[in-house]
Amino acid sequence: MDVVAAKQIGAGLAAIALAGAGVGIGSVFASLVATIGRNPASRPHVFTLGMLGFALTEATGLFALLIAFLILFA
Amino acid sequence: MAAEKHSIDALGQFVLYPVFGNVGRSLHIAQSNVLMAIAAILILGLLYLGMRPRAVVPGRLQAAAELLYEFVYNMVDDQLGRKAHAYFPFVFALFCFILFGNYLGLIPGSFTYTSHIAVTLTLALVVFVLGLIVSLRVQGLHFFAHFLPEGSPIFLAPLLVPIEIISYLSRPISLSIRLFANMVAGHVLFEVFAAFTIMLGSLGVIGKFIAVAPVAVNVAMFALELLVGALQAYVFAILTCIYLREAAVETHDEALV
Amino acid sequence: MRLPLLAAIMTAAGAIALGAATPAFAVGMPQLDASNPLLWWQLVWGAVIFVVLYVLLSRSALPKVAGVLATRAARIESDLDAARDAKREADEAGRTMHEERRRAAAEAQDLVAKTVAEARESAAATLRELNAKLDAEADAAEARLAAARDAALASLPGVAVSTATALVEKLTGRAPEPARIESAVSAHLPSKAA
Repeated sequence: MDVVAAKQIGAGLAAIALAGAGVGIGSVFASLVATIGRNPASRPHVFTLGMLGFALTEATGLFALLIAFLILFA
Repeated sequence: MAAEKHSIDALGQFVLYPVFGNVGRSLHIAQSNVLMAIAAILILGLLYLGMRPRAVVPGRLQAAAELLYEFVYNMVDDQLGRKAHAYFPFVFALFCFILFGNYLGLIPGSFTYTSHIAVTLTLALVVFVLGLIVSLRVQGLHFFAHFLPEGSPIFLAPLLVPIEIISYLSRPISLSIRLFANMVAGHVLFEVFAAFTIMLGSLGVIGKFIAVAPVAVNVAMFALELLVGALQAYVFAILTCIYLREAAVETHDEALV
Repeated sequence: MRLPLLAAIMTAAGAIALGAATPAFAVGMPQLDASNPLLWWQLVWGAVIFVVLYVLLSRSALPKVAGVLATRAARIESDLDAARDAKREADEAGRTMHEERRRAAAEAQDLVAKTVAEARESAAATLRELNAKLDAEADAAEARLAAARDAALASLPGVAVSTATALVEKLTGRAPEPARIESAVSAHLPSKAA
């Protein structure tokens, strides 16, 4: 098989991992919305935690993206 | 690979090249260093110019400087409590350096030094080594006890200890890759959408109209990148605080990766 | 605001410096291109810049901000203290005023009561005096009346005697005996006591 084609297929496969990151970010914000909805007074505390959770979760997706980049370009 | 195989040059923006002519070439000054210096000067300028009036009722610039100060101070104080004093300047420098790097990189035509894994990994290793030194100094040999979680059965030790060690060693890697990957992804997307605009623009009259869409996407992306830039600086700083708390404060908390 | 101006100048300078060379077309990831010596040199210069930034921040810039914030906190604290003192004084003054007013009201009440009592007393005294005077006058008048009646009654037999004498003289043509007339009159007149 052509190496370039293999690289592109590999990069595409690596991008599948973004599904997990999507589910994770959705879960983080679902919990955040539910928590604030239940107790609006907790918003300032919970919001920063939610942002932290979002950033940590999003990073896993970016790891996959990084792998895709490495496969394609490195 | 030939150039025409990549019609979208998404990575050219990250290439380092020497600046300031022959002087820069012989001193190996890259454009990323120029941006770092600009960021440092802006940070110091904000604080020095902002705080020069020493007003009790602050003006706009002074309010901005105080806001930045208090934001970082509260963050450090929440995590480190009475030990905040010692580590606050370091976390402040780190936070501002990353924040200004992210934001200066958003100026079209400039360069994002936080999009270089070498830079972010160096910053993360500084944090890691600092945390290691502090934990060894504060906790002594007791530090190594943390690699076996308390209350875990001893026969699981051969399994748990390597996992804990690996998770500890992977901290600087995850810390640096998070920032690096966020910045690279954002700027690559900018470049990709900008290239779409150019491609569509060469497709005749209708293409020129449709070419507005990627520009609009880029505008929205820019807003998102403003958020991401601040958020990643915040995350880097807060994780630094958490690691330093683990090192400097005796109680062992659940490790955050 | 000087900082935006500074930022604009810095950006322009940076753009000029950066514009000196156009980036090459990247084949691999430039971040992992170890053949470019600048990849390592940027760390050296970056470390220098970061250390300078850290030293300046920790030695002068951040203590300055902390000083201003501490000054403000102290100022606010002292202002609050002053405000608390003023409030305490105002409360004190208010309490004193209430006290004073209550005392004044009580005094006024006393004064009013005393005045009313005095007035009533003097009115009663005057009334008594007047009554006494009236009584005395009434007594005197009564005495005078009684004296007048007595005098009148005393003169009545004389008149009656002379009248009877005149009548008898007219009727009989001769002067009667005064003693008979007198006894006849005194027999018909009521006694002086009646």
